[in-house]
Amino acid sequence: MAETPLFKVTIDNITIEVPAGTTILNAARQIGGDVTPPAMCYYSKLKNSGGKCRTCLVEVAAGSTADPRPMPKLVASCRTNVMDGMIVKNITSERVQDARAGVVEFLLINHPLDCPVCDQAGECHLQDLSYEHGAEGTRFEFSKRIFKKHDLGPYIQLHMTRCILCYRCVFVADQLTNKRVHGVLDRGDHAEIATHIEKALDNDFIGNVIDVCPVGALTDKTFRFKNRVWFTKPVNASCNCSKCSGKVHLWMRGDEVLRVTARKDEWGEVEDWICNECRFERKDIKDWTIEGPVKVNRHSVISQGHYVGLKKPNETFSKVMNGRNPRLLMDIHSVSEVNKPGVNLAAIKGPAHSTDFDPPKKEISNE
Amino acid sequence: MGVKLLLDKAHIEGIRYYDTYRKNGGYTSVEKALKMSPEAIVEEVKKSGLRGRGGAGFPTGMKWSFIAKPEGVPRHLVCNADESEPGTFKDRYLMEFLPHLLIEGLIVSSYALGSNATYIYIRGEYAWIPDILEQAIAEAKANGWLGKNILNSGFDCEIYVQRGAGAYICGEETALIESLEGKRGNPRIKPPFPAVKGVWERPTVVNNVETLAAVVPIMNMGGEEYAKIGVGRSTGTKLISACGNINKPGVYEIDMTISVEEFIYSEEYCGGIANGKRLKACIPGGSSVPVLPANLLLKTAKGETRYMNYESLSDGGFATGSMMGSGGFIVYDEDQCIVKNTYTLARFYRHESCGQCSPCREGTGWMEKILKKIDTGKGSHSDIDLLWDIQRKIEGNTICPLGDAAAWPVAAAIRHFRDEFEWHVNNPEECLRRNYGLAHYADERAVIA
Repeated sequence: MAETPLFKVTIDNITIEVPAGTTILNAARQIGGDVTPPAMCYYSKLKNSGGKCRTCLVEVAAGSTADPRPMPKLVASCRTNVMDGMIVKNITSERVQDARAGVVEFLLINHPLDCPVCDQAGECHLQDLSYEHGAEGTRFEFSKRIFKKHDLGPYIQLHMTRCILCYRCVFVADQLTNKRVHGVLDRGDHAEIATHIEKALDNDFIGNVIDVCPVGALTDKTFRFKNRVWFTKPVNASCNCSKCSGKVHLWMRGDEVLRVTARKDEWGEVEDWICNECRFERKDIKDWTIEGPVKVNRHSVISQGHYVGLKKPNETFSKVMNGRNPRLLMDIHSVSEVNKPGVNLAAIKGPAHSTDFDPPKKEISNE
Repeated sequence: MGVKLLLDKAHIEGIRYYDTYRKNGGYTSVEKALKMSPEAIVEEVKKSGLRGRGGAGFPTGMKWSFIAKPEGVPRHLVCNADESEPGTFKDRYLMEFLPHLLIEGLIVSSYALGSNATYIYIRGEYAWIPDILEQAIAEAKANGWLGKNILNSGFDCEIYVQRGAGAYICGEETALIESLEGKRGNPRIKPPFPAVKGVWERPTVVNNVETLAAVVPIMNMGGEEYAKIGVGRSTGTKLISACGNINKPGVYEIDMTISVEEFIYSEEYCGGIANGKRLKACIPGGSSVPVLPANLLLKTAKGETRYMNYESLSDGGFATGSMMGSGGFIVYDEDQCIVKNTYTLARFYRHESCGQCSPCREGTGWMEKILKKIDTGKGSHSDIDLLWDIQRKIEGNTICPLGDAAAWPVAAAIRHFRDEFEWHVNNPEECLRRNYGLAHYADERAVIA
């Protein structure tokens, strides 16, 4: 079998070799960091996804070694395959930054911005995107669009006003379940995700639409208004499930399992799809084998919370150290010129100044 | 009188029916074509310099040569009869009065492309035309021009008529293919292009009705002869559907050598502006191309006469030019309000956006709201700049050309008629009572006439 040839692609002056057939976005993800374009609709685990949100637009400064002409339009990096010798500009292109700011603005004009009451807040891709690329103000002075409410059954809550129509949930239903009952009705800016004539989404794997939803349009009804995500702590857990891999994240507060989601990778994508039973029914810690804490990016808002109800270990320092007490390694006062042990900080009124630490000078008084 | 290649027989009574059409030299191109090799036909079309008549003006022969030819995979030809561009009604005229001309062109083109199943995707609003086409197809089949082994050449071809359900977006070729397959009419993300993966993932060519009809005269007279008509890269004849404030609206066949001025004012064509009014502006190629004020319409920015062809109409780029587009020629007289008309267009594009990609879905609605605000005298000067910024961020950033089509009219209106927008802002009450009129003008003829 012939090996897939490796293509050299340069993204923001970083060159990488990737197999032919890789998209620009996936090549950029291999480099990682800032050069990775944001993706709101592309999902590497869903076929045919991507191309819709236009946040991943990049400039192709040279098409390939064979044909080094630049592409006239910005291209969707999630759906454009790399060519050998392609030169891509993402964060180094002003055109891209401008277009991306435009897309973020378009996505936000009809978004309700109800983050304070939205369950997705804290793990919302639209929040991240607007934080990175959006403007602080809005230029949209009209009333936002609203939708008729649809009930999707006992597990999944739909907030259509928050939806950005990424079509991911439609692909999940198409590719994971044997019958899709929801889809996009209508067109244009009144297009909406709905079931035709009020049906409940009750397929075994339909709960995954919650995980793929980049915004708070589809949320978990069993977790609804229970807690903010940054007050809960994710732990890796697993169980013997007959339907799915059983590998999940438990979102805990103390000993209480508030929410179960699939495990997500660094791009916010699900690693293994999980079944509805794991997601919605197994809310007892006894159902799960805890594997350990989830590594959370320290910039994430989720890392800002504290473990609540944490029990301190029974052992003390001296027990662990066989009776010895911890030794003071360094007395800061002995090495620092700034901090004088003789100065009582509590006695200083207001902020301390360098003069507070100076040796008392001769009083120069006008009196 | 200019050369007529498509509508030359349109006046004959009963030309809609097979017998009359055949008696008047119909289907001779099929007889000729089936004796040639498919490659030779593609070569002939290439020589003719025929360009797509649907709007983009892409050379048809080149498009045909791009079609992938994998072993054992059927190929398809699709006729795009989803003529939904406001101001364009040339295909309707062709299909209504000369259905056999289209069928004839389709048979030749199907043979050239190796399509055994050819589809006509017709817009749902043309409710009565599928019947005409199906009758014509039945007649052609009864006379051996369709079906198995046509004229003993070993070539089989069937033509099917598929109705749309009333969506402008289904005129975009990939949305048309999706709709033809029975799915939601969302444009596909390209690549892959239809020439590689089109209908049911098979190589497909999508052509406009007029383009396919033009294959008939090309076959009859030969590609080189056809290329002699017209000027430069604008070869052959073009159907123009003229409408708006003119004396004689209708479909005209022009040979692309006449000037815009002649087209509007001569008795042979539009017959001048109606009711003795003066020309204000014109959209020369269907609602999505930039509107031009009279001075730039009749003369290019360099002061040369503007002609009715692809190159001349787009002379000066979008800054001072426009596009041939689909040939929907919309004329505005002095009583028309550019702001109101732009608002109407923006409302149309907002309604017809498929909602797939964010700039078009959200941007078209936003532009409509701002234009409505300005039109009703509630706008401010910053709204005009905002409008410009929004159209700039839509254009080129969308999946399909609908975003561009929505952005261009707004851009052109602001570019050429900014004074009228500002007048609306400055005179919020007056703008509700009267129109801005001709204050913008520089064209002598328009003022004198």
